[in-house]
Amino acid sequence: MQNGQAIVRVEGLHKSFGSLEVLKGIDMEVDKGEVVVIFGRSGSGKSTLLRCVNFLEDPTEGTIEVSGVRLEGGHRTRQKREQIRQLRTHCGMVFQQFNLFPHMTALQNVMEGPVTVKGLDEGQCRAIGIETLAKVGLADKADEYPIRLSGGQQQRVAIARALAMEPDVMLFDEPTSALDPELIGEVLSVMTSLATDLHKTMMVVTHEMGFAREVADRMAFFHEGVILEEGTPDEIFRKTQFPETKRFLDAVL
Amino acid sequence: MALRSAGVPFRVKVAAVWAVIFALLGFLFWSASFDNQWIRENIGFIARGLLFTILIAVFGIVIAVILALLGALGRLSRNPVAYGVSGFYTSFFRGTPLIVQLFLFYLAMPRTALNLVDKFPNFLPQNFAQFFTLEAFQVGIIVLGLNYGAYMTEIFRAGIQSVSHGQSEAADALGMSYRQKMRRVVLPQAFRVVIPPTGNEFIAMMKDTALISVLGQSIESMELFRRAQLIGNADVKPLEALVTAAGLYWALTAIFTFFQSRLERRVSKGYVRAVAPTRTERRKVVLTGAAGGAPHGAASGYALDASDAPEDVAAAGHTHAGTFEAIEPLEPDEPEIPGHVPGREHQ
Repeated sequence: MQNGQAIVRVEGLHKSFGSLEVLKGIDMEVDKGEVVVIFGRSGSGKSTLLRCVNFLEDPTEGTIEVSGVRLEGGHRTRQKREQIRQLRTHCGMVFQQFNLFPHMTALQNVMEGPVTVKGLDEGQCRAIGIETLAKVGLADKADEYPIRLSGGQQQRVAIARALAMEPDVMLFDEPTSALDPELIGEVLSVMTSLATDLHKTMMVVTHEMGFAREVADRMAFFHEGVILEEGTPDEIFRKTQFPETKRFLDAVL
Repeated sequence: MALRSAGVPFRVKVAAVWAVIFALLGFLFWSASFDNQWIRENIGFIARGLLFTILIAVFGIVIAVILALLGALGRLSRNPVAYGVSGFYTSFFRGTPLIVQLFLFYLAMPRTALNLVDKFPNFLPQNFAQFFTLEAFQVGIIVLGLNYGAYMTEIFRAGIQSVSHGQSEAADALGMSYRQKMRRVVLPQAFRVVIPPTGNEFIAMMKDTALISVLGQSIESMELFRRAQLIGNADVKPLEALVTAAGLYWALTAIFTFFQSRLERRVSKGYVRAVAPTRTERRKVVLTGAAGGAPHGAASGYALDASDAPEDVAAAGHTHAGTFEAIEPLEPDEPEIPGHVPGREHQ
């Protein structure tokens, strides 16, 4: 798949929290339009990788490149902070806990990025907002506050909020883990349509193996801070190489 | 005995207790030959001090809120200058008595300013010292603002910290700058939490304005207590004057406490609301901790009525009274303040 159109490039990524090394040298490239599912046991570093990509965590060591913005890990300087902000506008992030702004309506949540960060005018953003909410099937909930939406609806608004910035890559950090089982489907189907209809580049940390099998172009199994096994869903599911991967798949399937 | 009184509502019993206390006090004052006539004649003079009392408190709280906001941002900052300055500020103003601060600003500042002018006559304008020679009520506003601002820094800090980390991350992930994140995401949510305790501080400050009387004031800018003291001493009616002053303070705080408790109820119900019992059809959605960053224990068993009108929580004061009236019966005894923040306990 690596044909030089990489949107995200991760090189030699290390991340430590104090003396605990969570990521022990990760190299990964994600091409335009590619959907990569990252899976593995909790504590294996998969969320940390995602959070390092948009610098919610500062990499201890290594290089991150998103849409041509290339940044080294380590100490934050003033100049770097500005570059981080620029890099983040290329990444849309969807959190496990949704993290919608509770004091704003669904539409205001979606408009917030374009208005505040991109500085576009309100009317234009309103149109973007409604259009984006329609993409996640929630145009009729535009004026609702998050608290009045179900978990699944909140997560779809959160996806719309990220999408409205027109990011080059969408980062999903266990987007369905906080949801009741009956609400997971609606979120996964929105994510599927992002991949298949809008051809979004996506990095998805999830335990939803059905989604992975159906939508992922590539899967990466994280184990103790490294990528132990990587391949197409077919390779991962049918020709599993490592016993750790096999054990994990047996446990979640 | 217990059986016979069981039918009497609790409120009525409490009212009876109050009535007895007032009767006792009335008897005491009567036996001390309390001069009602004097009070009737002079209450007007004393009450005119209310204007300055309220004025000082209002300007004081405005200064305090601004300082508390800056102080809190400083305390949460990683910038050593901001952190250090705000640390010094809160430490000093919380660590020294209010009355000492009043005298410091009233007496020491003009003196220091004069000496500075003597030392550096070429650098400082001639009216430099005049600028620091302030009326007692001006000193009162400044010192009360500084002092309360220091205490309220802690309230604001806690208020800002009560906004979940996820909110901050969501703002970061969108690419917001620190300033944008604070202005658009964190502070609007924090203000909701700090409004009730700020009301408390305002009420406390109204009483502390009485301390300014020790500085001595010119006749046209005297606050309530100073007026009571002067006229009480002049007519040798200290008891009557002081009781009048106390009564006026009490009435003032009672009025503001009433508004404060209403405000507190409304603001604290910003996000999480109980189901109105009158509704026949309800769609209950029991909130889980996952509810999009509801800042406090949203899992506390509240349910929300999905058919209610949404509420603009950003405009904390702007809520619909009717909605809250309707939900009263299901509330716990004390309205729970989300992210209740530690402040100074006032006596």
